[in-house]
Amino acid sequence: MPPIINIIDAIPLSPRDRESVLHHLEQSFGVPARLSSSTIDLQRAFDNGRHQFSSTALLTQLLDLEINGDEKVIALVGVDLFIPILTFVFGEAQLDGQAAIVSIHRLTNQFYGIEEDAILKRERLTKEIIHEAGHTFGLKHCRQFECVMRSSTYVEEIDVKRMDLCTECRGLFNHHLAEINHSHR
Amino acid sequence: MNEQASLLIIDDERVVRDSLTKWFQEDGYIVGSAENAADALRKLQERQWQIILLDIKMPGMDGIELQPRIKQVDPTAIIIFITAHASVDSAVQALKAGAFDYVTKPIDPDYLSHLITNAIKARTLQNENIKLKEQVAEFGKADEIVGDSPQMKKVFELINTVAVTDTTVMIRGESGTGKELIARAIHSNSGRRYFPIITLNCGALPEGILESELFGHERGAFTGAQYRRKGKLELADGGTLFLDEVGNIGMKTQMDLLRVIETKQFSRVGGNEIITVDFRIICATNKDLEDAVRAGSFREDLYYRLNVFSINVPPLRERKSDIPLLAEYFVKKYGQAMGKCIDSISSEAMDVLVQYNWPGNVRELENAIERAMVIGKAPAIRPQDLPFQISDKNAMPTTGSLASIEKIHIAGILEQNNWNISRSAEVLQIDRVTLYNKIQKFGLKKP
Repeated sequence: MPPIINIIDAIPLSPRDRESVLHHLEQSFGVPARLSSSTIDLQRAFDNGRHQFSSTALLTQLLDLEINGDEKVIALVGVDLFIPILTFVFGEAQLDGQAAIVSIHRLTNQFYGIEEDAILKRERLTKEIIHEAGHTFGLKHCRQFECVMRSSTYVEEIDVKRMDLCTECRGLFNHHLAEINHSHR
Repeated sequence: MNEQASLLIIDDERVVRDSLTKWFQEDGYIVGSAENAADALRKLQERQWQIILLDIKMPGMDGIELQPRIKQVDPTAIIIFITAHASVDSAVQALKAGAFDYVTKPIDPDYLSHLITNAIKARTLQNENIKLKEQVAEFGKADEIVGDSPQMKKVFELINTVAVTDTTVMIRGESGTGKELIARAIHSNSGRRYFPIITLNCGALPEGILESELFGHERGAFTGAQYRRKGKLELADGGTLFLDEVGNIGMKTQMDLLRVIETKQFSRVGGNEIITVDFRIICATNKDLEDAVRAGSFREDLYYRLNVFSINVPPLRERKSDIPLLAEYFVKKYGQAMGKCIDSISSEAMDVLVQYNWPGNVRELENAIERAMVIGKAPAIRPQDLPFQISDKNAMPTTGSLASIEKIHIAGILEQNNWNISRSAEVLQIDRVTLYNKIQKFGLKKP
């Protein structure tokens, strides 16, 4: 069975944004992407000391869901995420695993005190979702500054990236997919 | 990102280790983690870690205590301390102990990313620096001083003794004995070896030019001085100034040089700006400086400033056992340079080389071998390949009067000592007046 990407939308997104995200995911990885009916409990991941939400705790919740072997689950949230050592993260993924989480919280212009740009917000979110999904397919950070797998620690870096995988990452992804298909035979 | 880079995370909190591991794995690093000091030391034995993220507060041995243990295992490891409790004391303690940096949890992701990139760059530069230092050390060895005689062993001993100090050194020896090589050996074994050694041949320049060469000059200082020029003293800043043939410096420059040695300050010719420099002086002479001081042509105060530690390089005729070693060294050197297959010296040719007195010392021997390598044929240098004059020069006549033998002997000794009357008289075991009389009697003339 080919892999499938399930999106848990806890933001929630507008129908247009949701459609755009699913479309670009399918285009990037060539696998079906669809909305999942599963839910996550954000409050369980809230950290009273930091007033942020633990992305690792949310990731654990996702892994507790019943996920099929070839399924990838990506949760989209509107809250500010962190991992213990860092002040914040845009998202977190299981490298070569099944789950990832992405936050839109710091992807909006509003967060930085400037006028909101709906298109820019959608593009940033889509790029981050593709980026974290890429990690679940075993892709690491890329050196190509325009590749979607390039590491970004601030939004302007996300804006520089394209929505696609670079040739090298595309090759690695295809190789990864071929290995999955081979293991099914 | 550097795919080869490796990081070891040492933190007692599992959640910190896991989140950092995941973060760096996504960047393509090789990541390891340890929960305490014992675990960390075990991991350090397994492989080399370029960067170590070390938590300060851990149960048992804390990060500050662990750091020197890590440095014992791998002195090149770059250590970055992490702590949840920022305190100036612990930061100072960490940095004093040689940590690369100190960060407080939680860290801004952008800052962490840059910190690690900078640490890797620092580590790369550190490794390059080590390699370059090794290369510099190799350069120093390139023109090594050859000799196994007791006299040369004594010279090597003196070089080793004085090199590590910052003392002014006076190298004495006849022309061609390799005084500059000795100076370079002292410099390349000293703490100044990564700075330049600047050579100034004081004998080759008239006084005005020597002054300008030494101190530099400002634009318009004299006719033809169109641009400001740095002198050898400025160029030698941090390193060594080698003054060859120092006995030939004129009185005015002697006075200026004395002042610079005392104050380490000077002005360029035609300028007012005071320039401060840090250099070590090594000088060389084949002159009898004591004689020059007595004759009033060399300042006594400068003489005492320069003659702090003296190394006498013996002439080649006094260390004949080094001749085969040197000759073979030059055969190898020129064989490689000329691409010739001559790799040895016949025993007859070696006998000729050993018997000869070598008034021009090692330089003359080197020239003789170079010439022999040009005209000689593989596999070995033969007597006929050596310069003609070697085989019969200085040879004593087997017939003739006592006076003629005396004349040849005195002429030979004078030549060997570069016509230094005091030294020649000492060798001949006669007083200087007697020697002058004999020179006059036999009509000997300085070449």
